[in-house]
Amino acid sequence: MKILDDRKQQIIRHGLHTAPIVCEKHSVAGSVSQRACVFCGSRVVLYPITDALHLVHGPIGCAAYTWDIRGAQSSGEQLYRNSFSTDLREMDVIYGGEKKLYHALCELIDAHQPRAAFVYSTCIVGVIGDDVGAVCKRVAAEKNIPVLPVHSEGFKGTKKDGYRAACEAVYQLIGTAKDNGPIQHSINILGDFNLAGETWIIRDYYRRIGINVVACITGDARVDDIRQAHRARLNLVQCSGSMAALGAMMERDYHIPLKRVSYFGIEDMSAALYEAAKFFGDDPEILRRAEKLVRDEVGKIYPHLREFRKKLAGKKAAIYVGGAFKAFSLVRALKMLGMRTAVVGSQTGGPEDYRQLQEICDPGTVIVDDATPLELAQFCLEQDVDLLIGGVKERPIAYKMGIAFCDHNHERKEPLAGFVGMLNFAREVCNSVTSPVWQFAPRRRGRSLSATGNREMAA
Amino acid sequence: MNPLPSASLPLMDDDEPVFHHAVATRNACKLCTPLGACLAFRGIEGCLPFLHGSQGCATYIRRYLISHFREPMDIAASNFSEQSAVFGGASNFHQGIQNVVKGYRPRLIGVATTCLSETIGEDLRLLFHQYFSKHWEEGHPEMVHVSTPSYSGTHMDGFHAAVRVVIETLAVGGPRSRRVNLFPGMVSAADLRYLKEILSGFNLPHTLLPDYSDSLDGPSWGEYHKLPEGGTPLDAIRAGGSSQVSIEFGRTLAEKNTAGTCLEEKFSVPRRLLGLPIGIRESDAFFKLLEIVSGHTLPARHEAERGRLVDAMIDGHKYVARKKAVVYGEEDLVVGLAAFLAEIGVEPVICASGGRSGRLIESIQAVAPELAAGCRIMSGVDFMDIAEAAAAAKPDFMLGSSKGYLLARKLQIPLVRVGFPIHDRIGGQRVLHLGYRGAQQLYDRIVNTLLEHKQELSHVGYSYL
Repeated sequence: MKILDDRKQQIIRHGLHTAPIVCEKHSVAGSVSQRACVFCGSRVVLYPITDALHLVHGPIGCAAYTWDIRGAQSSGEQLYRNSFSTDLREMDVIYGGEKKLYHALCELIDAHQPRAAFVYSTCIVGVIGDDVGAVCKRVAAEKNIPVLPVHSEGFKGTKKDGYRAACEAVYQLIGTAKDNGPIQHSINILGDFNLAGETWIIRDYYRRIGINVVACITGDARVDDIRQAHRARLNLVQCSGSMAALGAMMERDYHIPLKRVSYFGIEDMSAALYEAAKFFGDDPEILRRAEKLVRDEVGKIYPHLREFRKKLAGKKAAIYVGGAFKAFSLVRALKMLGMRTAVVGSQTGGPEDYRQLQEICDPGTVIVDDATPLELAQFCLEQDVDLLIGGVKERPIAYKMGIAFCDHNHERKEPLAGFVGMLNFAREVCNSVTSPVWQFAPRRRGRSLSATGNREMAA
Repeated sequence: MNPLPSASLPLMDDDEPVFHHAVATRNACKLCTPLGACLAFRGIEGCLPFLHGSQGCATYIRRYLISHFREPMDIAASNFSEQSAVFGGASNFHQGIQNVVKGYRPRLIGVATTCLSETIGEDLRLLFHQYFSKHWEEGHPEMVHVSTPSYSGTHMDGFHAAVRVVIETLAVGGPRSRRVNLFPGMVSAADLRYLKEILSGFNLPHTLLPDYSDSLDGPSWGEYHKLPEGGTPLDAIRAGGSSQVSIEFGRTLAEKNTAGTCLEEKFSVPRRLLGLPIGIRESDAFFKLLEIVSGHTLPARHEAERGRLVDAMIDGHKYVARKKAVVYGEEDLVVGLAAFLAEIGVEPVICASGGRSGRLIESIQAVAPELAAGCRIMSGVDFMDIAEAAAAAKPDFMLGSSKGYLLARKLQIPLVRVGFPIHDRIGGQRVLHLGYRGAQQLYDRIVNTLLEHKQELSHVGYSYL
């Protein structure tokens, strides 16, 4: 297969190319990008705010495709799992949708009594020129709740711009609580979405070492928690793109420092705890408790991980995820299982992300920005990988070619974060890689599935 | 800027009573038009769908379809930027098509325009003309365009419109042949395979359009296939203009411009409109028509399947007697399922759809005249409307896509999964709905689901029912 000329500079082979990878570009027309749009970026970030009303202003598709699709869990309120749309029709497109938006908002707020409302602009709203901000202001005054426009017109950039639009919207809530005093030894968890209950796992670790969690933005989030997020002393920001902007805004206006962390894999999870513990160095007990927690938790899972490692050592993996920061953690987690990353890519990585990726990957690794299905398929075959880690859109690429798969995207139903998540990850990878079904797949037929990973061609 | 859509999709009739009183749509019982068009295009051999508009539409639609079919689902897009939205998408269109030709080597590119490109008034006829005057060469893939602004109609309208433009663009006339055109609408991959088996059994050469029975339910691969095998061959589509008859499924299509009406007008190929053959009576009508068209009597195997079905319906009739069902989904699917439920003694107390053809009520009355006046037929509704009606109706089970699961769970009644999408089970593409065989499978599943539910609720724990 030929790589499209316009895409060539977005792919490098580590060790063979000296020029830096080109990234943060608009997707090439006609390439089948795995990226979505600005709206998608905003929607995924704000979706887990459970007691807010999320109204998609536009024709039905954008709302229909985002109805209850994420594994983001709630400890109570379920309002966020509904899909609300102004469902614009021809007449609205011709005469404008402001009136319909106003009535829809009033009706939904009366019916569901949310703590706040987010109104997402879709492509068409950007074209017909509805003044969404004005409608939101009016309804906020009438209903006495925050009604926040999200400027997420699909064509106005990439998914990353959608993250920023979401951060700007949610930022309007921060600092609006009645209480203002800082809370001792406290953090906000930014950029974790409580997929399969992951925020709960992480929050529990911090609680156990004596750190207060003020707000989780946006995993299992409540509007009232977000309102007082400015009272935290430290922001821990996970995920390269989605919440970095919010962290930066809070640093600028509330002088809350931020640290980038990841909760995937033993190394990164431990580092995330130590980072926070060291920040609160005024209480050395926190660090001591963190060390004990890490020891205990690692002790619990390590014997099991060694068993998985025996089965997985020497296998090769491909990683294709949304943000590059997750890819770092995955490369390290795979290493712990004895696996090598042969292909790695992301939808939204920046130059610094890709530079770091090169540092931790072996020579020969294919590094790709904004990959297409054809490219992913080609690299997986060429590198003869045993596993692909990605989301629903990547899954059929792996399965069709007889390659194992691990879902590490928003739809996942198994928690993969934290120490327990590392064990789940190892189990899921092992279950897929060592499944007996591959022996029947045309591409694998005739190869033995030996435990050491040395596959031999059958005679 | 021209806000008027190029109105190739018919405006909806509004002569049916309105059941949706809310301003907002809450948990939609419909999807957007381009999804239907993309699905139809994926059922044509060597065809790549291409959305002229934002990238997100393609990605969302791909993911939605993948979650049902569990198959690769490449849909290209011209990936509009802010600049394209202001100055037009011509350069994105040109570059996009060229890249698709280079990357995929398709035989047909099915271009669908999204709400964004429709609203800014993109003139696809002009874009096609400009593109071909520059880039046409021997062997260049064919291109068709369907107008699918998502503010008009539902995914079903997009599906039928795509089938129509393919026929409109590619079919050619000629001396009348024995060939039969069959436009089945949006049915499962298993349904399509079964329809082909039926047509072959009557010894009828056929154009089944679309046909994603292989392209969206194919085998494991040794190499990556840019475009999966299968789909209606382009030659079969071209030959559709000289067929002896077009059979089209979907009672709600009665007054719409479809592939069938197009061939009737252009090449005088008579069009026979039938309901989706779900249940005995609607299947009888289909097989009867095939007998007439082919000159053969019903092959013994179908006769036997019909016999077994009737026998099973008698064996199980008391288990389902007077049970109340909520049926929802695309209008024509709902019509067929209502007809079938009425035949087996189940009362479809709610028949609901997000579609608004204006023909749902009369279609259901036509196929199931015995339905009591208590049956609520609701078009243009969302799942919150359905939930409200269901709370009053006290149904025993639900019949429809996995989107009804949350309601079924709330009502603590079982859901029998049919139609599209089935996102919470494996094998949605292999659910058979049509013909005697499909009715048999539906029947067994419905009865067994009710038995299982009864068993689970029973304090006794009978192992013998």
